[in-house]
Amino acid sequence: MGRTLFQKVWDLHAVRRLPSGQTQLFIGLHLIHEVTSPQAFDMLRQRGARVAFPERTYATVDHIVPTLDQRRPFADELAEQMLAALERNCREFGVTLSDLSTDRQGIVHVIGPELGLTQPGMTIACGDSHTSTHGAFGAVAFGIGTSQVRDVLASQCLAIDPLKVRRIAVSGALGPGVYAKDVILEIIARLGVRGGVGYAYEYAGPAVERMSVDERMTMCNMSIEGGARIGYVNPDETCFEYLAGRPFAPAGAAFERAKTWWRSMASDPDAAYDDEVEIDGNAIEPRVTWGINPGQSVGVSERIPAPGAAGGDADAVGEALEFMGLTAGAPIQGTKVDVAFVGSCTNSRLSDLREAARVASGRKVSPHVKALVVPGSKDVSRAAEAEGLHEVFRAAGFEWRGAGCSMCLAMNPDRLQGREVCASSSNRNFKGRQGSPTGRTLLMSPAMVAAAAVAGEVTDVRGMLG
Amino acid sequence: MDNNDRRIDRVEGTAIPLRGNNIDTDRIIPARFLKAITFDGLGEHAFEDDRRSMPDHPFANPAYAGASILIVNENFGSGSSREHAPQALKRRGIGACVGQSFSEIFLGNSTTIGLACATASAADIELLMAAAERDPEAVMTLSVEARSIQAAGRTLPLNIPGAVRESLLTGQWDATGLLLDDFDTVRRLGASLPYVGGF
Repeated sequence: MGRTLFQKVWDLHAVRRLPSGQTQLFIGLHLIHEVTSPQAFDMLRQRGARVAFPERTYATVDHIVPTLDQRRPFADELAEQMLAALERNCREFGVTLSDLSTDRQGIVHVIGPELGLTQPGMTIACGDSHTSTHGAFGAVAFGIGTSQVRDVLASQCLAIDPLKVRRIAVSGALGPGVYAKDVILEIIARLGVRGGVGYAYEYAGPAVERMSVDERMTMCNMSIEGGARIGYVNPDETCFEYLAGRPFAPAGAAFERAKTWWRSMASDPDAAYDDEVEIDGNAIEPRVTWGINPGQSVGVSERIPAPGAAGGDADAVGEALEFMGLTAGAPIQGTKVDVAFVGSCTNSRLSDLREAARVASGRKVSPHVKALVVPGSKDVSRAAEAEGLHEVFRAAGFEWRGAGCSMCLAMNPDRLQGREVCASSSNRNFKGRQGSPTGRTLLMSPAMVAAAAVAGEVTDVRGMLG
Repeated sequence: MDNNDRRIDRVEGTAIPLRGNNIDTDRIIPARFLKAITFDGLGEHAFEDDRRSMPDHPFANPAYAGASILIVNENFGSGSSREHAPQALKRRGIGACVGQSFSEIFLGNSTTIGLACATASAADIELLMAAAERDPEAVMTLSVEARSIQAAGRTLPLNIPGAVRESLLTGQWDATGLLLDDFDTVRRLGASLPYVGGF
C-alpha cells in the first residue's frame, strides 16, 4: 500500500512517540513575525534557553506594518514597540530578519515561497493559521500558537497528533474569470467550516494540476477556513519551475538531486485516503460570501439563502443576514460596496495583481468606493511596478500601497469605518475582522474585487474580461 | 514551577454558557488587542466587541463574572491561531471549556497553557447550558481524571483526547522540557534531512 505525501513527510520528521501518545515532530522551517513571537522569546529568556536552530528560523514583519507611511518610528507607538521587540529578539538570538530596511520584507506567507525558503517535503510551522499556504509546494505546513512558537524556538520540535487525509479532486477546467479563490470558497461551502477538523486536505485533479503555484497557494491558504489545519498539493514540474533560481532554493546539480527527492515525496498512486471528495471544476462560477464565516458563499448568479434553506443552520443564517443587513432571497449581485481591498496572504501575489489590473485597466473606480491594492511583498511590488501595474491601478483610482497584511485583519491603520461593506480578496469575513465591529466583508477573488470597485457593487467579472 | 505544581486533575466552579456555533478567535479577542508584546491585561478584553453589541452577552453579565467553566457549542475557537484567545479566557478566570467541538489550533493552544478542553454530546451541552442559565451560582466539577462533569445533581461523561488528558494530569502541558529531553536525537534527525544538508 502506498503512502500519502502527508504520511511520508510526517514519518520522516517524527523524532519519537511521546508518553502522551503524541508525536515529537521536527520542524524544518520556522517562520516568525512580530505578533505571535515576542512572548515566546520572553519565555526563552526566563528559562535561559537559546534558539536551537537559528539557521532554520526566518523572521519578517507584516501584520502591524502601516502600508501608507512606512518610515520609522511608526506613528503608532504600540506598533513601533512590537517591531523594536522583534528586532531586538532576532539580534539577540541570531535569527535572520527581513524587516522594512531590507528589500525582502512582506507577508510571511508571501516571502517564504518567493525566497525559496518553502520547499517540498518540509515541515513548516509559523504562529499564524494561514501557514497552510506553504502546502502549495508539497510541504506539511501549519499554524501554531505562541507557546508552541516557544517550543519550536527552543527545540525545533512540536508535540502534536497526526491528521487524517482527505483527497479533494477538482475535475474539469475552470472557466474564464474563475479562479482558485472561487474553487476554495466552493469547497468550504460544500464541506463546511468545520468539515476539515482532524484532516489535512490534499488538493488534486486536473483543475489543480493546471493551476500556477500562486493559485495553489490561494487554495492551501484557506484550508484552515474549512477547519483543515493543513492543505497541500503534490509537488510537480510547475512547482519545481517556480523554485528554480530562488535565493534559498538549491542550485545547479543540487537542484537536480532535490527534484528527484521532491518527486519521491509526492503521494503514491495507490495511497489510501481517509476520505475522498470530487468537485466539478467546470461548474464553478465566481463566488461571493454573504455571511460571517467563509463557508457562507454563493455563486455570483445566485441568491442569498433564506434561514430555512435546506441544509442551512437556520440560526446561523439568520444571525449572519441580520449582521450583514442583507435580504434572504435577494441576488448577491448588486450588493453595494464602500471599500475594495486587493491584498492579504490569500491574494496579493503578482498573478493576483495582474488579474485585478486586467479588470481595472481603462476603467474608473466608482466615485463612492475607496479602493486599495496592497502587494504582498516588496518583491511583488517591484515586479508589479516593472510591468506598470501600479500605473494601471492609479489611473483607475485605486491607491497603490506598501507591502503588509493591511485591511485583512485591522492591526494597522487600514481598517473599515462603521458599517462599511468591503469587497475583499482576503480570507475571513468574521464579524469585526476588518477593524470595525460593525464592518462587513464580502470575500471574493481579486478580479471580482476590482469589478466591484468599478461597478460600485457586486458584479460578475466575466462580463468585464474581454 | 515543576510539573507536579502544574498538574490539573479537576476544575471546579460556576459555569458560563455561551451559545452559538463557529465562535471564532477574532470574536474571543479582537485583533487590536494583539498589539502588545505581553499577554498582560487580555482577560478584560475577552469578547469585547460582542459584549458591546450584545448587552445580554453572558460575558457582559455580572452574574457570570466569577465563572471558571465555559460551556460552548460547535467549532469553538475557529479562525486565527492567536494564543491570545485562550490566554484571554484563562486570564478572565476560565479554567476549562466544555463544548460540542473545538477548532484544532484552539484546542492545541489551550492545552499548552493548561486550559482544559473537553467535549460532550449536544444533549449534555444543552443540559449544562440550561443548568448554568437557570442558576449562575450552580457549582460544577469537571474531572480530568474521570473524564466527567458533575452538574445539576448528575454526572455526565466527557471526551478528553488521551494526549490532552495525559499532559494535564502529569503537568507536562508545557512541552518544552519534554521536547528537549533527547536533543541528540533531534540533532541527528535534523542532520539527516536532505534539505538541511543542501541535497
